[in-house]
Amino acid sequence: MKLKSVLMATALSGVALGAQAQEVTVMSWGGAYTKSQVEAYHKPFTAETGIKINSVDADNPATPIKAQVEAGNVSIDVADVEFSDAVRLCDEGLIEPIDLSMLPAAPDGTPATEDFIEGALQDCAVGSIVWSTIYAYNSSNVDGTPTTIGDFFDTEKFPGKRGVRKSAKATLEMALMADGVPAGEVYDVLDTPEGVDRAFAVLDRIKDDIVWWEAGAQPPQLLADGEVVMATAYNGRIFNAAVAENQPLEVVWDGQILDFDLFVVPKGAPNKDNAMKFIAFSTDTQRLADQASWISYGPARKSSGELVGLFMDGKTQMGPHMPTAAANLENALVNNFEFWVDKDAELNERFNAWLAN
Amino acid sequence: MSDATANQLLTTADGKPLKSALARAERRARHRAFLLVLPLLAFILITFVTPIAQMLHQSVYNEGFTMHTEIGSGERTPIMVNIKEWFDQNPAGTEPDEAAFAALAEDMKTLRELRAAGSAGTRINYERSGTRSMFTKAARNANKLEPPFKEAFIDLDEDWTDPALWRVMRDASSAYTMNFYLAAIDLTKSPDGDITSVAQNRQVYVTLFQRTLFLSVLITFLTFALGYPVAHLLATLPLRYSNLLMILVLLPFWTSLLVRTTSWMVLLQSQGVINDALVGVGLLGDENRLQMMYNQIGTVVAMTHILLPFMVLPLYSVMRPINPSYVRAARSLGATSWTAFWRIYFPQTIPGIGAGALLVFILSVGYYITPALVGGASGQLISNLIAFHMQNSLNWSLAAALAALLLGGVLILYWLYDRLVGIDNLKLG
Amino acid sequence: MAASQTSDAFVEFDRVQKSYDGETLVVKDLNLTMPRGEFLTMLGPSGSGKTTCLMMLAGFETATHGDIRLGGKSINNIPPHKRGIGMVFQNYALFPHMTIEENLSFPLEVRSIGKSDREAKVKRALEMVEMGSFGKRRPAQLSGGQQQRVALARALVFEPELVLMDEPLGALDKQLREKMQFEITHLAHSLGITVVYVTHDQTEALTMSDRVAVFDDGVIQQLDTPDKLYEEPMNSFVAQFIGENNTLEGVVKEIKNGVALVQLDEGEVIDCNPVNVSKAGERTRVSIRPERVEFNKARLQEGAHTLKAEVLEFIYMGDIFRTRLRVAGNDEFVVKTRNAPDQKRLQPGEHIEIGWLPEDCRALDA
Ligand SMILES: Nc1ncnc2c1ncn2[C@@H]1O[C@H](COP(=O)(O)OP(=O)(O)OP(=O)(O)O)[C@@H](O)[C@H]1O
Ligand SMILES: [Mg+2]
Repeated sequence: MKLKSVLMATALSGVALGAQAQEVTVMSWGGAYTKSQVEAYHKPFTAETGIKINSVDADNPATPIKAQVEAGNVSIDVADVEFSDAVRLCDEGLIEPIDLSMLPAAPDGTPATEDFIEGALQDCAVGSIVWSTIYAYNSSNVDGTPTTIGDFFDTEKFPGKRGVRKSAKATLEMALMADGVPAGEVYDVLDTPEGVDRAFAVLDRIKDDIVWWEAGAQPPQLLADGEVVMATAYNGRIFNAAVAENQPLEVVWDGQILDFDLFVVPKGAPNKDNAMKFIAFSTDTQRLADQASWISYGPARKSSGELVGLFMDGKTQMGPHMPTAAANLENALVNNFEFWVDKDAELNERFNAWLAN
Repeated sequence: MSDATANQLLTTADGKPLKSALARAERRARHRAFLLVLPLLAFILITFVTPIAQMLHQSVYNEGFTMHTEIGSGERTPIMVNIKEWFDQNPAGTEPDEAAFAALAEDMKTLRELRAAGSAGTRINYERSGTRSMFTKAARNANKLEPPFKEAFIDLDEDWTDPALWRVMRDASSAYTMNFYLAAIDLTKSPDGDITSVAQNRQVYVTLFQRTLFLSVLITFLTFALGYPVAHLLATLPLRYSNLLMILVLLPFWTSLLVRTTSWMVLLQSQGVINDALVGVGLLGDENRLQMMYNQIGTVVAMTHILLPFMVLPLYSVMRPINPSYVRAARSLGATSWTAFWRIYFPQTIPGIGAGALLVFILSVGYYITPALVGGASGQLISNLIAFHMQNSLNWSLAAALAALLLGGVLILYWLYDRLVGIDNLKLG
Repeated sequence: MAASQTSDAFVEFDRVQKSYDGETLVVKDLNLTMPRGEFLTMLGPSGSGKTTCLMMLAGFETATHGDIRLGGKSINNIPPHKRGIGMVFQNYALFPHMTIEENLSFPLEVRSIGKSDREAKVKRALEMVEMGSFGKRRPAQLSGGQQQRVALARALVFEPELVLMDEPLGALDKQLREKMQFEITHLAHSLGITVVYVTHDQTEALTMSDRVAVFDDGVIQQLDTPDKLYEEPMNSFVAQFIGENNTLEGVVKEIKNGVALVQLDEGEVIDCNPVNVSKAGERTRVSIRPERVEFNKARLQEGAHTLKAEVLEFIYMGDIFRTRLRVAGNDEFVVKTRNAPDQKRLQPGEHIEIGWLPEDCRALDA
C-alpha cells in the first residue's frame, strides 16, 4: 500500500518531487480505515502538491503523541485521533492550535466554520469523520436476528461468546442502554456511583463469555473465525468485512455510540506547514465525500452528505451504512468527551479491577 | 642471615624501592583495564542506570501541579504558587477560607495564560476523579472570577469545597509524593490524611501482583519440568542429533514474538487446531469446545513455550560438561539409577536450574505482549497494567511506581537466591 | 601360579563379542578366566577394546553376544549397582559437590550401613591411602595424586571382591606413578581382592600384574605372566608391543628337530625357534631381544649361524651400552650389553659378526 502510493507519487509529481523531497507523515488506525484515507486523501494530495505521504499505523495514534512530544523527538506530522483524546491533548498543550480560517468553504460558499457538524472543529483539531461503535453479529452463527442493544448482553436468548473492546469507554454506555437507560440519560446515570454499579452489573451477566479485543481489526476477524458470535466494533470495519470481503456480518445500529475522528498536529511536528496543508486539503467537501465511498464513516461536513454515492464496488449505496443515516439514529448516543476526560481514570481503574477479579 | 635480608629494603635493579615500583606497575595496569571497560560502563550508565533512576524518580515526583514546561522552548514556569503559599501557612485540615480561594483564583489566571489547566487538572484527577474539568472550566473563566472568590468558585462547581479535593491539592502542591506508591498497592489517603484501602471494587494491583507472582512461579516450574529432560537429552545425545533437537528448541528464538503468539492463537482458540482435532476424533462435543485461550491457560501455555529456551540453555550448559562417569561411578558404587540421578547428577545441575529459573521468572514477571494477546481478562499480569498506564491513561508516575515495586520484588528474589543458593552458583551459559 | 587353575574361576568372559554400531566388532570372541585374588592387567594400544571390556564387566555396556560370569553366575542381566564391583575411573569421577568423606560414605549410605559403622569404615579407608586428614575437603582442593588415592579408597571402602581400574595413573607424573603402582599392588594383595587393571603402559603392566592380557583389535593376543610375555611372545604383535625387539624378515626353509632354518631376505640363513610357523615356505618375522644378541665369538655355540654387522652408533647409558647396528639390511638392529669391566665398547664403522642361541630367535607370524 505504502509502496504503491510512493510509486504513484513519484510517477505523478515527477520533477517537483525530485527537486525537493517534501513529505508528511500521517498516523492513523490501520486496516480498511487507513486504506480509505490513502485513497481519498493521500493520493490526490500527492498528485496535486507533489508532497509525499508516509502512512503509519497505531492501535491508537493518540498514544505515541505524548511520548514523542515529551521526549522532543516528534516524527508524526498529522495524527488521526478520537474526540476525547483531541481535547485532552489540546488541553495539555501537546498539539498545535489550528487556524480554522485556512479551511476551504463549502462549494456553495458556506464558510467552513458553519459547514462542519457541531463539535467537529476544535481549537487544535479538525474533524474528518463521524464513526460509531456498534455491535455486529455473524449471521451464520446466530439463531434468530438480534435487533436491540439488549440482545448483545443476553446470552440466554443468543448464546455464544461476545467480543468487547477492552476499555471502559463505550462498553459502560452500551451496558446501560442495554439495561433500558435512554440514550439521552446515559451520561447522567453513569455520573452516579449507582449508575456505574448498574453498568458493571450488566457486564457481569456476560463476563465469562467475553473475548476482549484491543485493535480495531480484531472484531471482524473474531466474528469471521467464529471465535465470537457478536462483537462490539467500529462500524466501518464491519462494513468492509461484510461488503468488500463478503463475510456474513450484520450491524445492529440500536444503541450505537457516535464519535468523531479528528486530525491533529503534534507540537514540534517536523513538517508542520505541509501538515496543515494536508488537513485543509483532506477536509474539503469533496475529499470527505470521497472517503465515504471507501468506508462507511460519515463525513464531518454537512455539504459532503449530498456527494456521498456508491461504494467503490459500484453497486452498494453508502447512505444506509452511514452512522448518520436517519434510520440508524433512532437510539444513538453521542460520545460525551467531557465526561470521559474527567472520568477516564476512575472508570478505567474500576474497569481494570473488575477485569482482574 | 634471614634477619639481615628482612631489614634490608628490597630494590629493583636500578635501585628504586621494589614495593613502589610494583605499585606503580599495577596502577598503570589498573588504569588501562579501566579505560577498556569505560565504553561499556558509559553504555550501561546511559541505557540502563539512567532510565531506571529516572523511572524511580518519576514514581515519587510529579510536577503536574507545580511546574509548567513549555513544549518546544522548554521554558519552565512555576504554577499554583499562591495556593502553595496558603498551604504552607495553614496546617493540613484547615478549612479553605476566602484567602485560599483568592490564591486559587490567582493561580487559575496563570493556568489560563500558560494553557496548563489540563495538565494541572490531570494531576489532581489521578487521585480525585472528576476534578479535571473543574480546573479547565475555572481556568477558562479565570478572568471573570470576582471576589468573594469562594462563592465564585462554588458557582462554577459545588465540589470546590470538597475537603478531599483540598487534601489532594495540598499533597500535589509539592512535587514529591508517595501517593503513587500508595495507589500501586491499592491504598489511598482519606481527606484527613489517614492511609486507607481503596474501595473494594477498585482494588486491582495487589491482586495482579499476586497473580503475576503465582503465574510466574507456575511458568517457571513448567519450563523446568519440561526443559530439564530436554536439556538432559540435548546434553547426552550424539552431537548430530542434539544439534537438530537444539534447533527445535531454539526455533522460538528465531521467530518474532508476535508470530509465535499468533500461532498459539491459531492453535488454542475455540475454533482452533486443537479443539478442531478433539472434536474431529470425537473426544469433545462441538458445543463443549475447551476454552484454552483468553484466560490464564492461554497465558501459561504460550509463555511457557516462549520462555522454554531460557530454561533449556542454562541447563544444557551445565549438563553438557558433566562427565557421564559420575553417574557410572555412582552406579558402580551401588546406587540405583534414581539415587545416582538424585544424589549425584541433579546437585551438579543446580547452578543451571537456578540460572534458568531466575531468568524465566524475571522475564515472565515483566511480560505483557503475550498475556495481552492470549490472556483475556483473567490472564493479565501486572505489566499489562503498567503498559496501560504508560500508553492509555498516561499516568506515568503510577506506572513508574508499579514498575519500581516489580523491580524491588525481583531484587528481593535475587537477594533470597543469593542467600539460599549463592550467586556464584549461577551459570548462565 | 594360581592362574593355571580354572576350577575356582571368579571372573569369566565366555565368547564375548561387542559391537556399538552393528557394523564392526570392537571386541571379538573374548575368552578370559580369572581366579579369585588375581591381579590382571589389560594392556593394548588405544582403541583396542580395553575400556569396553571393563564397561561390560561393570554393567555399563551390554555384551552383544556371549556370557560374562562373576562367581559362576551370569551377570548379563544384573544391573550395575547390584554387581558389587568397585571401580576407579580414568578421571577418578570423584563427586565434585561432595567432600572427600561424603564421597567415601556414599557407597555405604546406599547400602544402608549405619552412621557409626560408616564413619569408621570411611576413616579406615582414608587412612589406608594416607589421606586421613583430608576428609573435609572437596575433590577440587586435592592434587591429582591425592584424588587418585581417594578414588581408590572409594572403590575399596565397601569391600568389593572385584575392583576395576581404568588407567588410574594416566595423569600422574613418573615418580608419583611408580609410588602409586607399588601402593596399589600392595593394597590389592594385602586385601586379597581381585583386580582388573587397564593400562597403556607396558612397564606398569609388567611390574604390577599376576597376568597380563595383551589386546589388539578386539582380540587378546596373549594372556600370560609378565616373564613369559616378555621372553616368549607368541606372535609378532606381542613381541613388538612388549619391550624392545629386533626383527628380521625372511622365509622358512625347513623345520626339523624343533629348529627352523630361516632364509632372510638378504640371503643369509639363521637357526630359529619355530613359535608361530609350521611348514617350509612360510614367510616369517624373526624376533630377537637386544640383550640376547652376542658378538663375542667365544661365547657363541659351536656351529651357530652368525651374521655380518656394521656398527652405526654406540650409546653409553650408564648401566648398559646400547649399540645400533646394520644387520641384513636393517638399520635399527639394537644390541644391549651390560656395563661389565671386560665388556667391549664397539666403535662406529667397526665390522663384526653377531649371533644368538636358536631358542632366543623366535620365528613368528609375518
Ligand atoms: N560408546 C561408543 N560408541 C561407539 N563406539 C565406541 C564407543 N566407545 C568406544 N567405541 C569404539 O570402540 C573401540 C574400542 O574402544 P575402547 O574405549 O574400548 O578402547 P580402549 O582400548 O579403552 O582405548 P584407550 O586406551 O584409548 O582408552 C574404539 O574403536 C572406539 O572408537
Ligand atoms: Mg579406554
